[in-house]
Amino acid sequence: MASDYDVADLERWNERILTLVERFGLDPFPQEFEICDYEDMLSYMVYSGMPSHYPHWSFGKSFEKLKTLYEYGISGLPYEMVINSNPSIAYLMHDNSLALQVLTIAHVYGHNDFFKNNFTFRSTRAEYTIETFKGHANRVRQYIEDPSIGLEKVEAILDAAHALSLQCRRNLAIKKPTVAEERQMKLEEAEPPVDPFSAIHRRHQHVQPDLDKVPLYPDEDLLIFVRDHHPQFAEWEKDLLTIVHEQAQYFVPQIETKIMNEGWASFWHKRILDTLELPQKLQLEFIVRHTQVLRPTPGSINPYHVGMKVWEDIEKRWDHPSAEEIEEYGPRKKTGKEKLFEVREVERDTSFLRRYLTEELIRDLNLFEYKARGNEHVVTRVADEDNWRQIKETLIQNVGTGTLPVIKVIDSDYTHNHTLLLKHAHDGRDLQLEYAEKTLKYVHQLWGRDVGLETLLDNRSTLLTFSDGKFAIKKAA
Amino acid sequence: MATIFRSYNWSSGQRSDRSAGDRLRHRQKVREAIRNNIADIIAEESIIGKDKNRIIKVPIRGVKEYRFIYGENSPGVGQGGDGEPKPGDVVGQGKDGKSGQQAGDRPGIDYYETDVSLDELIDLMFEDLELPDIERKRLRQIEIERLYRQKGVRRKGIRVRLDRKRTARSRVKRKKASLRRQPSGAPAERFPFHKDDLRYHHTVTDTRNESNAVVLCIMDTSGSMDTMKKYLARSFFFLLYQFICTRYQNVEIVFIAHHTEAREVTEEEFFHKGESGGTFISSGYVKALEIIEERYHPALWNVYVFHCSDGDNFESDNEAALKAAQELTRTANLFGYGEIKPLGSGYYGSSMITFFSQIQEPNFQTVQIQKKEDIWTSFKTFLSKDRAREDAA
Repeated sequence: MASDYDVADLERWNERILTLVERFGLDPFPQEFEICDYEDMLSYMVYSGMPSHYPHWSFGKSFEKLKTLYEYGISGLPYEMVINSNPSIAYLMHDNSLALQVLTIAHVYGHNDFFKNNFTFRSTRAEYTIETFKGHANRVRQYIEDPSIGLEKVEAILDAAHALSLQCRRNLAIKKPTVAEERQMKLEEAEPPVDPFSAIHRRHQHVQPDLDKVPLYPDEDLLIFVRDHHPQFAEWEKDLLTIVHEQAQYFVPQIETKIMNEGWASFWHKRILDTLELPQKLQLEFIVRHTQVLRPTPGSINPYHVGMKVWEDIEKRWDHPSAEEIEEYGPRKKTGKEKLFEVREVERDTSFLRRYLTEELIRDLNLFEYKARGNEHVVTRVADEDNWRQIKETLIQNVGTGTLPVIKVIDSDYTHNHTLLLKHAHDGRDLQLEYAEKTLKYVHQLWGRDVGLETLLDNRSTLLTFSDGKFAIKKAA
Repeated sequence: MATIFRSYNWSSGQRSDRSAGDRLRHRQKVREAIRNNIADIIAEESIIGKDKNRIIKVPIRGVKEYRFIYGENSPGVGQGGDGEPKPGDVVGQGKDGKSGQQAGDRPGIDYYETDVSLDELIDLMFEDLELPDIERKRLRQIEIERLYRQKGVRRKGIRVRLDRKRTARSRVKRKKASLRRQPSGAPAERFPFHKDDLRYHHTVTDTRNESNAVVLCIMDTSGSMDTMKKYLARSFFFLLYQFICTRYQNVEIVFIAHHTEAREVTEEEFFHKGESGGTFISSGYVKALEIIEERYHPALWNVYVFHCSDGDNFESDNEAALKAAQELTRTANLFGYGEIKPLGSGYYGSSMITFFSQIQEPNFQTVQIQKKEDIWTSFKTFLSKDRAREDAA
């Protein structure tokens, strides 16, 4: 397709968009755009947008899959891809029309601003992103080329590490206590509570806490725990686990803020393009494209649509609060825009939806709850008076890292034979058993000894074990 | 704040295809996974007698990416399209049924299938198998393949074989050398090609000897061979046939069906038609001997004979069958006998395997097949037995 623009056009539009970005008060990192073709785009998608990434067959697999989907027209490519780094890098597809590029540029600034200002991204150290990934890539390649290690061994560790990489802490804004701090906490917990009437109460029985237990408190960083407590790991093995863990940590904030982030970018590209006074031809195409991106996908959740609706609603409710709202909360202290920028900084998807997804919005978005029955999804609840709260709860459970089971290390010396005991924090959702089995096998592979996983299956407490190369399910009576 | 635009690089022919290595590795893993699942594929998929270009869907187990995920009892939230959703409405497919650009608000189950053509599958299956007793006698190598290939350069040759690149290079060499000879002198204005610069490709003819093979498939089509037995026999023949095809360039196949009489049939008839009647195994062997005598002299052909039966032979025919079988072992490179005894089909008392144990020839093989899953394993043992013996020798 011949393109209807050149780089100078893009630069001109970018100037105008940037002026608006500043006027609206967005505060992005410096931005770089790279124009690429669709195969480059596929590659960037596969390697999470990174110019440099370590090799692994799973990326080849997703490339083939994406390419097939794209070539058969089953799914389109994203118009843009932007990575959280400073300066931020975004990729624009060469074949896209000018209207689409303008839309994309505006959208990218939304993401960029969000990366820079949302609290969840503070731990990602955006100024080192590119170098970090490059460093990881170099180290992994070096291990592959090392004749004493080689591809097979590196792959074995990476396969296992990838399976467990997202079994890590989700809220990185909370500092992880050191072992010394944890010990202190244990000791303080054992202290008797302050009791002004100690004379008439039975004396508090002091129980010496077991400070030799590892871990003292359940540990969610599975890879790091195995890395630090495996007696025989070589440096390169530890390093591979570190690399996979660090990369997962980098992506956790993006998983945690998918709806907010996409909604925020969509909200601002709409606002910017509406103010930009596009020539009519571009304007019409923009409307079409915007609708394509924002239209609800029946049967699942379109984060662009849901996110943007909530953002718009916040602005409306703070600029023009209804009479009931004023009565309930008092007059608004902030304007809609001030509120928007506050929310963009301090929330993530779970809290964002909990606080700002109102009953009216749930009804407006036509949300419903479904359950799987056989191979079909069947509606179980619709947004009526009795059920909207439950629908909201279910939705909150399914956003961000809520889709990933929480599994923590409880004990590294269970039954005193160095069995690694994990515990699934059951929240009503059972684990998928086949996947649990295969993943536990990976834990076993890394740990090198027996492993166990406590969970609930059909409301019965169950211990899944992997010992002596065999998987077993032990249900409590 | 300066925004940087990096424009599209048109000379992207030189661009690195960064995922090439990972794709290659993935494909290797897929092949590996297929090879590990061949026994299941053969048991499940009816590939027998199908077109070679047929595409088969093969489930891949080895290359899934596992994680801890939630199972079936976890509810989700969706958005309604037009109209109000009602409880009980079916709104979509689980598992792989999701589509759309923004799909995947939760990790789906990683269902993975790949398409493989039958041809490729056969290649994979036989990659590490060898024909037993693959004795390619010199006389049997008849077909000669002639082809030309380039080998080195010569200073003399015909015009069409002029190697322009090398010719130009040797001119440059000569020019440099001449400059060195006269350091002071200015380079000559013209420096034309000389006869000595010319270089020609040299070609040699390559001959390759190819050996011929004939496979005689003999199948018992008597009444006692029920559908299940025939299916097992056919699967086994199919593997043998495909296997020998991969090992010889020139393979001829003869299909013989027998009950009390034997006759030569077409592939189609052999694999798809059923007959009935009693069983004289000897009739099939005699027919095979006749055909070998007529058309495939053992001096020129590698002869492989395979026979599948349920071992339920007519008592009085046993002696004759044994004699004919011994005759066949002398003529053929390999004579294999497969006995199909599905579990629960009842034991008919007579088993030709015990009876044939009198044959001592090393190129005689017997194998027993009981169920679908046995086909691949017995096929492998069938071919590896002989190797083991060779190794021991």
